[in-house]
Amino acid sequence: MPATSTSARAFPGSSAIAWFAGSLFARRLGRAPAAIGALCVLTALVLGALLAPFIAVTNPYDLASLDLLDSHLPPAFMPGGNARFLLGTDSQGADVASLILYGLRASLSVGVLAVSISVGLGTLAGLASGYLGGLYDGIIMRIADIQFTFPAMLLALLIGGVSQSLLSNEMRSALAMPIVVLALGIAHWPHFARLVRGAVLVERQKDYVAAARLVGRGPAFIMATQLLPNVLNPIFVLATLDIAFAIMSEATLSFLGFGMPSTQPSLGTLIRIGYSYLFSGEWWVVIFPGMTLVALLVSINVFGDWLRDLLDPKLN
Amino acid sequence: MLAFLSARLAHALLVVVVVSLLAFVLGDLIGDPVASILGLEATAADRAALRLRLHLDDPFVVRYLRFISRIMAGDFGVSYGAQRPVADLFAERLPATAELALAALALSLSVGVPLGVYAAVHHRGTAARILMTLSIFGVSLPTFVVGILLIFCFSLGLGWLPSFGRGEVVRVGSWTTGLLTVSGLKSLVMPAIALAIGQIALVARLARAEMLGVLKSDYIRFARARGLKDRAVNFSHALRNTLIPIITVSGIQLGYLVAFAVVVEQVFQWPGMGLLFLQALGQTDLPVISAFLMVAAVLFVAINLIVDLLYAAADPRLRIKSLAVRS
Repeated sequence: MPATSTSARAFPGSSAIAWFAGSLFARRLGRAPAAIGALCVLTALVLGALLAPFIAVTNPYDLASLDLLDSHLPPAFMPGGNARFLLGTDSQGADVASLILYGLRASLSVGVLAVSISVGLGTLAGLASGYLGGLYDGIIMRIADIQFTFPAMLLALLIGGVSQSLLSNEMRSALAMPIVVLALGIAHWPHFARLVRGAVLVERQKDYVAAARLVGRGPAFIMATQLLPNVLNPIFVLATLDIAFAIMSEATLSFLGFGMPSTQPSLGTLIRIGYSYLFSGEWWVVIFPGMTLVALLVSINVFGDWLRDLLDPKLN
Repeated sequence: MLAFLSARLAHALLVVVVVSLLAFVLGDLIGDPVASILGLEATAADRAALRLRLHLDDPFVVRYLRFISRIMAGDFGVSYGAQRPVADLFAERLPATAELALAALALSLSVGVPLGVYAAVHHRGTAARILMTLSIFGVSLPTFVVGILLIFCFSLGLGWLPSFGRGEVVRVGSWTTGLLTVSGLKSLVMPAIALAIGQIALVARLARAEMLGVLKSDYIRFARARGLKDRAVNFSHALRNTLIPIITVSGIQLGYLVAFAVVVEQVFQWPGMGLLFLQALGQTDLPVISAFLMVAAVLFVAINLIVDLLYAAADPRLRIKSLAVRS
């Protein structure tokens, strides 16, 4: 008897763990050391971001908690370091490790929100253009084609940069996060639209869609309850890999000064601020956030790559 | 073929028109030239007179067409920040960006293709597996982090290479080049590597995938059955057919290189178009922003068009299927 069918009946409790250990996912994962490593790093980074308010030594959102006497300290393992500040402190006396944890929070939230917008927009557009066809298809795919002419990062920079440059300073820091999320979401929806459209064009030929149409179901019902569940796998894979793209683009925008402001620093913002101190020898304020960003992106990409091979062997 | 060509041309035109509309709306609706020229104390009559003189009350279409005809004549307006014609600023900055992007393109192809071919030929070997894992690292490295790490190691640590600027440049006609001086070449090394590293990984992955596909095809099997040496099969039969998609994709690469040059130029304070654009964004210098939009649109459209034509020329099957195939 396959493990999956028993899990459906005896879900809560220890059997859930047993189900997970016996599942195809876990068995395949067991044979991929790189994916396990990536998943461990990713889990540690996400946990660190979630628990930032509890484990951080200083809070970058609360300037009163900082002490200028602690500023410019090197990492704890270097001469002159303070054991309280593992990775050193910046010019304000903020603990670099705490800044990184809060920066991870900002980077991850922007990444996930931006991908949600791309997935939402792209899935709606792809379903409509694949199933309804005709004029919808023409208009939606034409817009997508126009967007594909530009590299997504440049597009996000244009949307984010132009809209930020048109705002006053107070508005800019208040609206920074929504603007970045929207800019990145808009920059990448065509990838999902094209993917979903392709999958829908295949699925709509199948008998279950014809059956739904024959019993008198309308297009909205068929798209939402018949087609959508059958195109979720590729969406899920692309979304995983896309989070890496969104986080990298957000960091790039923030590094260029058109992303997250210094009042809500993401990893990119930290690198931008820290970069100006690199030349005075305070390398730890920029190198550690940079390495964290690289670790985050590599672990998402390695895991996403493995997930793609698992769920969609055709794509490889 | 003619239908394909005209469809691609129509698409290119559509992109340029849409972007020019955006650029026009941006400059026209958001910046108010009357307020910025006359200031706040002007009377309503003065303003109306100036509006009339600047033709600001003309219908939208008329003003848009005037905007287009000015651009066609090479007049992009005057930069608010530099108080100089935008066209002159662009002409000054273009060589720096072009040299950076082309150096990175050359680097990504000359390193990426051999790595990918090696990984495909020895695809079961340990070295090939390590290469492919490394390529995921390459794709995951943000351009600016690579740039900062390079500066940290080779400028601050070892003191081998300069951390900013273009070094000494030589004027050749209206073009300034850094390729003819030692300091210019030294300055180019790190920016080009920072820009190329992600592309090297992408080219290697693409070359490997294409080469693996070709190696599985029938004509390769027959070539082996005929008793040809592995070397001959791999390099004169397989590689030749692998290169066609790589060359066309390198056109798209060039587009990405130009886009990410903006980031590299910021890290290395490289005096190119990207740095100019970032400064313009920071100062809300609308003429420069909208001109950059137009130039970028024309550039990307041109690149895409050339890539499409190369595709069609290289692969007869694609002459009928249009853009749906390309991703």
